[in-house]
Amino acid sequence: MTRKQWLLSGFVAFTCLASTAAVSGPVENYAPVTAQRLENPEPSNWMLYRRTYDGQGYSPLDQINTSNVKNLTPVWTFATGVVEGHEAPPIVNNGVMFVATPMGQVIALNAKTGDEYWRYKRQLPDDLFQLHPTSRGVGLWEDKLYLATTDDHVVALDAKTGKVVWDTKVQDYKKGQYMTLMPLIVDGKVIVGGSGGEFGVRGYVAAYDAKDGKELWRTYTIPGEGEPGHDTWQGEDWKNGGGSAWMTGNYDKDTKTIYWGVGNAAPWPGEMHPGDNLYTSSVLALDPNTGKIKTYHQYHQNDSWDWDEVEAPMLIDLQRDGRNIKSLVHPGRDAIFWILERTPTKINYVAGWPFVSTDVWKGIDAESGRPIVDPAHKPMVGKRVEFCPSLWGGKDWPSAAYSQKTGLVYVPANENFCGGFTGEKVPLKPGELWLGTKPEDIGLKTKPGADHFGELQAWDPVTGKKMWQHNFPKSQLFGSVTATAGDLVFVGGTNDRNFRAFNAKSGELLWEQKTNSGIMGMPVSYEIDGTQYIAIQSGWGVDAQRIQDALVTNNIGIEANVPQGGVIWVFALKK
Amino acid sequence: MSRASFNTSSSSSDNTAESEADACTEQTRRALLMSALATTACLACSTQVHAGEDGPGSDERPQKGDLLVFSEGDQEGKPVTAADLSAGGPPVHAWPKDPKTSVVRSASRLNEILIIRLDPAELDEQTKARAVDGILAYSAICSHAGCPVTAWVKSDVGDKEVLKCMCHNSEYDPRAAAQVVFGPAPRRLAALPLALADGSLTVAGNFVGKVGGAQPG
Repeated sequence: MTRKQWLLSGFVAFTCLASTAAVSGPVENYAPVTAQRLENPEPSNWMLYRRTYDGQGYSPLDQINTSNVKNLTPVWTFATGVVEGHEAPPIVNNGVMFVATPMGQVIALNAKTGDEYWRYKRQLPDDLFQLHPTSRGVGLWEDKLYLATTDDHVVALDAKTGKVVWDTKVQDYKKGQYMTLMPLIVDGKVIVGGSGGEFGVRGYVAAYDAKDGKELWRTYTIPGEGEPGHDTWQGEDWKNGGGSAWMTGNYDKDTKTIYWGVGNAAPWPGEMHPGDNLYTSSVLALDPNTGKIKTYHQYHQNDSWDWDEVEAPMLIDLQRDGRNIKSLVHPGRDAIFWILERTPTKINYVAGWPFVSTDVWKGIDAESGRPIVDPAHKPMVGKRVEFCPSLWGGKDWPSAAYSQKTGLVYVPANENFCGGFTGEKVPLKPGELWLGTKPEDIGLKTKPGADHFGELQAWDPVTGKKMWQHNFPKSQLFGSVTATAGDLVFVGGTNDRNFRAFNAKSGELLWEQKTNSGIMGMPVSYEIDGTQYIAIQSGWGVDAQRIQDALVTNNIGIEANVPQGGVIWVFALKK
Repeated sequence: MSRASFNTSSSSSDNTAESEADACTEQTRRALLMSALATTACLACSTQVHAGEDGPGSDERPQKGDLLVFSEGDQEGKPVTAADLSAGGPPVHAWPKDPKTSVVRSASRLNEILIIRLDPAELDEQTKARAVDGILAYSAICSHAGCPVTAWVKSDVGDKEVLKCMCHNSEYDPRAAAQVVFGPAPRRLAALPLALADGSLTVAGNFVGKVGGAQPG
């Protein structure tokens, strides 16, 4: 072999390794994931985005509780080697942890020791425009993992080795199509939704065969010609109407119905797309076998505020007004705490109230559930309009949680933020951002004299009463919440890098731990050999960092520097 | 809607709707720009090529001798001349164009270029050596996550204007070889050597430095 051939063969070998590197050896004795295990997960595991299909974000483990959480201590950490927002929950299946990070990386670890089994690094295209460089996790089915990538592929990995089993292109990243969500796995189907509303795409939810990556169905969130709801659009607006569906849905295993959140319309000013604009800013009820839309509820019509309603509502059984309600609970980006009722054929409005202050809504029609807009605070073309809350809403994508013990819903909210912009008609060019406003004209403001911004709220969804609230004086709250049977609520999300535990009943702060970076990720809990663990990714970036930058410039005494860089933290009680 | 009310539940929240936008504090232009990026929002709009319009060589990196032509605005497609550049910025956005075939190399967004004219006295020695009459060219693609660099704004950490990627707030100082002065970007923008002939700008060599975003470690 010539020197040139040696060099070439070495290059080829390196290229193959770099794409699917098995670093430390395969996982042994992997526990295959079945429909039964996903529908009734063992308390010791965290295999879905919010642990259970109902999206409650609740762990039944109670070894760590209000009496001993003060003894919680780090037992291992693992640096991911990546900056930017680490938003994925560590997924745990019988002692094996799978962590997704920004830049298309998945790391498999021994969940007890932190030892690495393997690492997958996707080779992203050089010309990829990564507006949201993050991943919210990997789905599990049988002996495989499923990752949705920012270059708009769904990839199946062998759970034992990290090797690619199949790789399916979903759409063209060069046209602004991308994905950041954790796939929802339902009975052998890998279900994903697309990002890209800000590029003027037409949103969709799609399912792929877990075995081979073949597309099974695709349902557009903006109805086409001849489809119900198409008449809520005018002219050609529907073709680029937004409605991206960039968060994982929840699933009612009894009625076999997926509930999937849909984002705002594109571009931002409602004048540029007259009508209700179904199914933007809605929740869709979908048949997982066919993708057929069973029914829907639109939270607010003709969105003009960039208020995505992409977080799927939690499925909670409530006793309210003397009857049992199979509810959908959604603290919305539109600042309204929504209580809906799910039936096989219809979603009914039950109640709604603002959980942070807003000047956009005058009220809600009690029969239809339509919020009534104050036109003075609805952005329009050619005039600057201010509104509260800000573009990030009362609560953005970070998830709320529901405790089956306390019956309370815990909401990571933000108060005292407002925003505004001037609408402007701009032509659509595929692959370019298409906001309907001059970027320089967009703003975030803090209310004068505000004594805090982030709020961890606890609400009783039955009575509509706020039971407690913890304020964060100098920080936004931009992280998901997890509740446990130990009557604890865990959350990061603040710019002081702290991870915290609160008393779920009283709101008392019981424990906090400074981490390497700020936490945008989702706390999870699992158990191995009789020990309960709490795990979280710390890694600040994306929108939490953007809010931080805006806060700093408001000259209200906010620390400028939140260091970036991802680390997985795992905690247990001191022995 | 006569039955409208926020009291359809028995909420005890004291967060009733109120009009407070006018009472909000004013902020700087820089803050406005930074806060533009709500979850699905970003500022920078990089011109992208439309499928089907790409000729041979249109996705190749800039070649020595290429002309630089405006990539946007009223003069789109016309050569950029020294007279088009205002001293002190803002930069203009350009594509390289093969003068022999007239193919504009716009099939890859990695070819988009920022051209800026600065006071030569402000440039460091390395940058001054690369400048032609104070005119400099850099890649328009941020080295962090590959977003376009579009803004020319006052820095977060100084009083001078800088090149900025509005996706994640990385800032680059064009007076110092586009080194990073703020934000998560790991390395400077790639520089493009320039030449000036008959008032028009041409490419004098390959990019200096890597074009595009970072990959995980």
